[in-house]
This record gives sequence, structure tokens and C-alpha cells, in this order.
Amino acid sequence: MFLQMKNITKIFDKQTALNNISADIQKGEFVCILGPSGCGKTTLLRIIAGLENLTSGQVFINGKDATFLPPSKRNFGIVFQSYALFPNMTVMGNIMFGLQQKKGMTKDEMVSKAYESLRMVDLFEHRDKYPRQLSGGMQQRTALARAIALSPAFLLLDEPLSALDAKVRSRLRSEIRAIQKTLQITAIMVTHDQEEALTMADRIIVMNNSFVEQIGTPREIYDSPATPFVANFIGAMNFFQDSDETCAIRPENVIITDRHSPHDFTAVIKHVEFKGPLTRVLGEMPNRTEIHLDISSETADKMNLNENAMVFLKMPHEHLIKY
Amino acid sequence: MMNSFKQKLRGVSISQLITLSACLLVFTIVLVFPLLSLFSKAFLSRADEFVGFQNYITYFGSPMLRASILNTIDISLWATMFSASLGFLYAYALTRTRIKGKVFFKYIALIPIFIPTVVHAIGLIYLFGRQGIVTGILGADIEIYGRLGIIVSEIVFTFPQAFLMFFVALEFADGRLYEAADSMGVPPLKKLFKITLPEIKYTVVSVFFVCFTLAFTDFGAPKVIGSSFNVLATDIYKQVVGQFNMNMGAVVGTILLIPAVISFIIDRLISSKNAGTLGAKATKLEIKKNNRRDIFFFAFCSLVTLCFLALIGSLLVGAFTEFYPYNMGFTLANFNFHESAGGIGSYFNSLKMAGLTATFGTAFVFIYAYMVEKTNGLGALRRYGNLLSLLPMALPGMVIGLSFIFFFNTPSNPLYFIYGTITILVLSNVLHFFSVPFLTASACLKKLDKEYESVGDSMNIPRWKTFLRVSVPLSLPAILEIFMYFFVNSMVTVSAVVFLVSSSFRIAAVSITHMEEAGRVSQAAAMSLLILAMNVLVRILYEIAVKLIRKKFEHKEIVTDAEKN
Repeated sequence: MFLQMKNITKIFDKQTALNNISADIQKGEFVCILGPSGCGKTTLLRIIAGLENLTSGQVFINGKDATFLPPSKRNFGIVFQSYALFPNMTVMGNIMFGLQQKKGMTKDEMVSKAYESLRMVDLFEHRDKYPRQLSGGMQQRTALARAIALSPAFLLLDEPLSALDAKVRSRLRSEIRAIQKTLQITAIMVTHDQEEALTMADRIIVMNNSFVEQIGTPREIYDSPATPFVANFIGAMNFFQDSDETCAIRPENVIITDRHSPHDFTAVIKHVEFKGPLTRVLGEMPNRTEIHLDISSETADKMNLNENAMVFLKMPHEHLIKY
Repeated sequence: MMNSFKQKLRGVSISQLITLSACLLVFTIVLVFPLLSLFSKAFLSRADEFVGFQNYITYFGSPMLRASILNTIDISLWATMFSASLGFLYAYALTRTRIKGKVFFKYIALIPIFIPTVVHAIGLIYLFGRQGIVTGILGADIEIYGRLGIIVSEIVFTFPQAFLMFFVALEFADGRLYEAADSMGVPPLKKLFKITLPEIKYTVVSVFFVCFTLAFTDFGAPKVIGSSFNVLATDIYKQVVGQFNMNMGAVVGTILLIPAVISFIIDRLISSKNAGTLGAKATKLEIKKNNRRDIFFFAFCSLVTLCFLALIGSLLVGAFTEFYPYNMGFTLANFNFHESAGGIGSYFNSLKMAGLTATFGTAFVFIYAYMVEKTNGLGALRRYGNLLSLLPMALPGMVIGLSFIFFFNTPSNPLYFIYGTITILVLSNVLHFFSVPFLTASACLKKLDKEYESVGDSMNIPRWKTFLRVSVPLSLPAILEIFMYFFVNSMVTVSAVVFLVSSSFRIAAVSITHMEEAGRVSQAAAMSLLILAMNVLVRILYEIAVKLIRKKFEHKEIVTDAEKN
């Protein structure tokens, strides 16, 4: 185990930002801390970094108690949402600033180390530019190069992609993941974007309102969300009452049919929305609960769904989540 | 107990703790201790025995001294009313009309900042004195010495402050409000009272208190032109320097503090409200064409400018003529300063003092603001630092000077050795002018990404290195502004240093009062011009430097959006 958080609690003035958080992170893992804004995820990252003091609890890095270790002794690289590139230094200058602090490195070694990380993020030819001369995505990669140049033991990423537009963002997702795999470096990324977490992470820590809701692989989180919050926050989820039980099912797992069989639910179609390969259907059950369904557009065509038509819904047992 | 203390200290950088504590300690020694000795002096007899309020009873028992209070309030009120109204109109002209020559008008309005207040009075004497230029033209003496002269001098002194504050407040306006008013056919005067004035109501209050306090505590002008019209500041001087009655001086000093402290509290209360009154959706105010309005305001600005130029002009006349008004021949002899007031040496001393004040003051203020702003944790210490940094704003120069004598001029004080040296002058100036630079520095540091330090920490870069290589270069315009502020103010200040100069180290601004006292008015005028010239030069250099820095940054602003897909 590389990093261990034990019962971390953080209270600002009177507000609890983190409530008894425990989590383990393995060496080489890419872990996302996912949650809505204000859930405490950034605070948790800053506590791991040592940039914030905790109220109680412990942080272990490589088996050693690092709870009160200053940031400089924790050996991590960090990328902030704002990138925090030094605007008065070139790309190269930004990277060298940290390297120059390393003891026992010759000047040539520093430069070649800087070049190496610049090539890794594909910015070698832009090394003499100032941050403001670069596009957002390039600035982001500069920050990443600066963070990895010192060969840190782990990488912390605080919403690194949220300031970028959608296209650049999705490309950088795979770039960051590729670099992390090449370096086999442990990485912890904070994000509020569930898609980002699902596509990038080995494991996700889902947080809400200062608590950890669930820790698991993207598949586990998606397929069997531990709490209604997780179910709702990640992907779309239908909730309905079935004999005193709250049940949940993903829209794509509901099967629609026009032939009735036992245990089926009845519903009236309220709305049909063509979305390309999929069609989103909104049905209303007799108790007024609304159910969303995603079916292939092909099926939808065959069934010739009309608004106000009565249909039958199958909720396959293996996909049904009960709370 | 010990354990919880240790617990609290964990995660706090020791070097940051030491630096911050050192900053606060220096400030406490220079600010708090002298103030305490001032207050204690007010309650002691000459023999250093505790006498309670006896000194105050004596003070208020003297009709002469009591009259001073009323006199001071009287002149301060008049000066405030005039400079606030004039400052408002002037700022309005420069922000809400389409008159020509706005840049020229703006810089002329700042001239009084660059000369000691003593000089405003000297200029007035040249213009309206018994042999004044205007007196000669009118053929009538308006009796400038005394109350009238003080009031006019204080108007000149406080006008730039009032103008600048109104200028900042009026510079930005929400154009939508005026457009809406126009569409409803609201007459201009109603717009002024219903839109413009309510928008700047906090500024009006601030201007009132700032001007009142400045006039209330000024020493230079009443000293020169006050004649037998006594005010509190001259009373202190007479008590301390004339009669060596330190205790009575301390009593007057504490009274001098009252409006300053009230002003400080009110300023603190409304400064939080003043911020962010302009919504994000505000549109720029489009100033409509209006010839009648523009003619009026152009005439007004020209008149004010003319007054200031006449003041400077009179100094030029005085400085460069043989023996005004009897021998109007050109001469440079007046720059041959008499040795009794320190000669030209006092000017060089002033430059040295202002240079040192600016250098050390800028360094100290910036490090201090950085520590208060960027230290991790240590909330209580940082709050204390914030509070201390604003206190000098409430301290009139006279009070600082006086409290410095009481504190440092005691042989038992280990810092006694700095008394009578340039060090104590520099120290008093740094303290006297500390608050405004501190606000400038902390506003500038607040704008810098707070994660620069986090990134530095993560890369194991010591804080001092991040400070020197990142924060300082990025704050260069603010640092230069602070440097200029310290320099210019140190060149013109009289009130704090008048108690602290020694015969072996004289400074120009104080020497001017001595020259005037000794009847060498033309030399005083000459010295004033030298001070003005240096301050204008420093200001010009500052403007050029800031332009160059901005240009350097702009030049590189070529966004190459070479994002590959």
C-alpha cells in the first residue's frame, strides 16, 4: 500500500469539510476523488499534499506517518486548476526552477531531465515561450511537465482539466493517463466530472457532503452504487417504490415490451426523444413515478412508440439495486 | 497544555513563524511601545509622578489652550468643506465631462502633494502677504496671516486627497442607470442627487474625515502663516520645543489623536461597504455632448489650476529674484543656503533620508505584507499583523514624533543610541507612511495565484526563493509605487520629524520653516523648488518605469493557439 488515509477529519471554523475519511491507495494506481463542488474533495487532496492541516486523523505515505510532514518532504508533483505557472518564467524556466533545487544534479543532468519531461508532454519546441503565449491546453501540459520533472513519488491533480474546452479536455485525459502509465506513478486526481473519473481512474473515491460515499472501480461504482447519492451522481438512474422498497435501475437496463407477463410494470409513454443510436423514452407508472429508458433506436422504430400509449416494463433482477 | 501547543505548531513552518514574528516584533517596538509611553506621559507630572487627569484639568483650565481646540476645529471644518466641494467638482470635470486637457489638469492637481505644507503657506505669503504680488495689484491687504491663511493653506494641502478619492469613485459608473434616467426624462440636477451622489456616498464620508483629520493635525502651514492664531499642532510644538513641557505636549498629542481615531474607525467600517458596489453587468457610462456644461467645468478647472500655478509661480519669483519686491533682478544667490539652517546639506540629508526610507520601507512593507498574506496557518498572528499595519493611518505625524521622543530619548532604552540619528528619522517615516503602502502591497499580493507558494513548496523550493523569483518580479509596479510613495512623503513631511531632527542632521522640509522664521523667505522658496523638482523627477521616473514594465508584458502577449488536434 502506497498511501493511507486514516480517519481524517477537517473542521474549518465550525464547518466540517471532511468527516472521518479513510482510504487506501496502491502503488501505481490512478485514483479519482469525485464529488460535487463543496464536498471536501479538494481539501482532502490538499491534506494529502500537506498544504492544509487536518483536525484529526493520519496520513501514511509509504508506510510512514506523514501527517505533519511539510509539503516539501512528501515528494509529490502537483497540477492546479489554475496551473499556477510562474508568468515571469519561460516554459523551460518553470521546469528548471524546481530542478535547480535538487541537490547532487549537474547542470547538464537538470537540462536533460527538463527536456525529457518536455518531450513527454510534447512541448519541446515551445520551451522558450512564456505561459501567456500558450493556449490553455499547452499551459496545462507545461504544469504537468513541471510536476513530473522532479520524478516525484506521486502526482496530485486538482481539477486539472476543468478550465479547458471539451475537445482539448478529452484529448488530455488520455494523454495524462498515458504519461501516468509510462511513468508507473501513483496519481490522485480531484474532479467533479463523472465522465472524466469513469474514463481515467483505476478506482474512484466518491465523496459527498464531507463523507466518503463509496470507493471502487469505475465498473463497481456504476453497476452497484452503494448509496442513492452515488447512483444519482454517476450516470442516470431511475428510482421507484416496489412493495416498501426503494429500487433503482439504470435507463439502459429497463426493457420495454408490448406483451404483458407477470412481474412487469405498466407505464404510459409521456415523451419519446430521438438521440441518434439511442432513443430516450419517458414513461409514467400508475403511481406517477417517472421512468427513463434508453433503448436502441432500432427497437424504438419497430415498436412504433406513441405518446400516451400503454407499455410494459421489465426490470431485470440482476440490474435492480435495492436500498 | 504543552502538548496541545506542540500539536498546534505541527505543520507550521518554523522559518515562516520566525520571519512573521520578527516582522510583528519590530512593528510592535516601533509602534506600540512609543504610543504607550506617550499615553503614560500624559498622566505623569514633570517629576514623573502619577497625577491622574491633573494634566488634562490644567490643560482645559487654560483659556488659551482651550481656544486652540476651537480654532483647530474651526479651520479644519472650513478647509474640509472647501476642499471636498472643490475636489468633487474637479474630479467630476475630469470623469464626467468632455473637457480637453484632462491629463494636464490631473497632474497639476497633484502638485501640492510634492511640496511640504509649509510651502503652501509661503506661497500664500508671496501672493497675499503685506508685500504680496496680488496685494500689490489689488492695493489692499486681505490679512492672510492667521485664520484665513491657515484655512487657505489647508485647502491647498487637502485638495489633492479629496480630488483623488472622488476621482477614483467617479471614474467608474454604471451607464445603465443614467440611460434609464434619461429615458424617463429625469433632469440633470435630479440625476446628480438621485444617482451620482448616492453611488459615492461612502466616498463623501471618507473624504470628509480624511480632509478634516489632515487639516486638524497639520503643523507646517499654521507654523508659518498662523501668526497668533493657535492650533493644537503648534501648541504641541510650543509646549515641547519651547517650554520643554513634555507632559502637556503628550496631553495635546492625545487630543490630536481623537479625530484621527474616529476617522480611522469610520473608514474601516465603510471600506468593507465601499467595495464592489458596481455590478458585473454595469456598462460604461457614455458621456454626452453638452457645451454649456463643458465650458463651465473647463473654466472651473482652469481657475483651480491657475491658483496652483500662481502658487508655484510665486515660489519661482521669490527664489530667483535678488530681493523681492524691491530688487527684481534675476539671481541664483538664493540657492546659496545659509548655514544656520543647514545649508544645501539639509537637502542632501533629505534625499538620503527619503532614499533610505523608501528602500527600507518598501522592503519591510512588502515582506511584512507577504508574510501576513501568504503564511500557512498562524491565523492569530496574521490577524494581529493586519491590525497593526492599519494603525499608523490613525496616527498624526506629530503624535508619532512625540511618542518617539518619549520612548527612544530615555537613556535606559537599549535603542537610545538611534536618537538624534538618521535611523530614527527613517524609522518614524516608515511607520508614519506604512498603511497606504501596506494596502497597496497586500492588494497586489492577493491578486497573485495563491498556488505559486504551494507549487514552490511541492518542489522543495524555499519560500524566500519563491518570494524573490516569483512574487517580487510579478509585483514590480506595486513595489515601485510604494517606493515612490515613501520617497515623496519623506521629502515633504515635517510633522513627525520636526521633533527628531538634531542640529547635526537637518532636513530640507524642516529647514524651510527655520529659514522662513529667520526671514530668509526667498531661500525657503528656493529650497521648496528643489524639493518639488526632485519629487516630480521621481514621479516621472516611476511613470516611465511602470510603462516599460507594462510594455514588456504586453509585447509578449502573442497567444499562439497552436493546439494540435
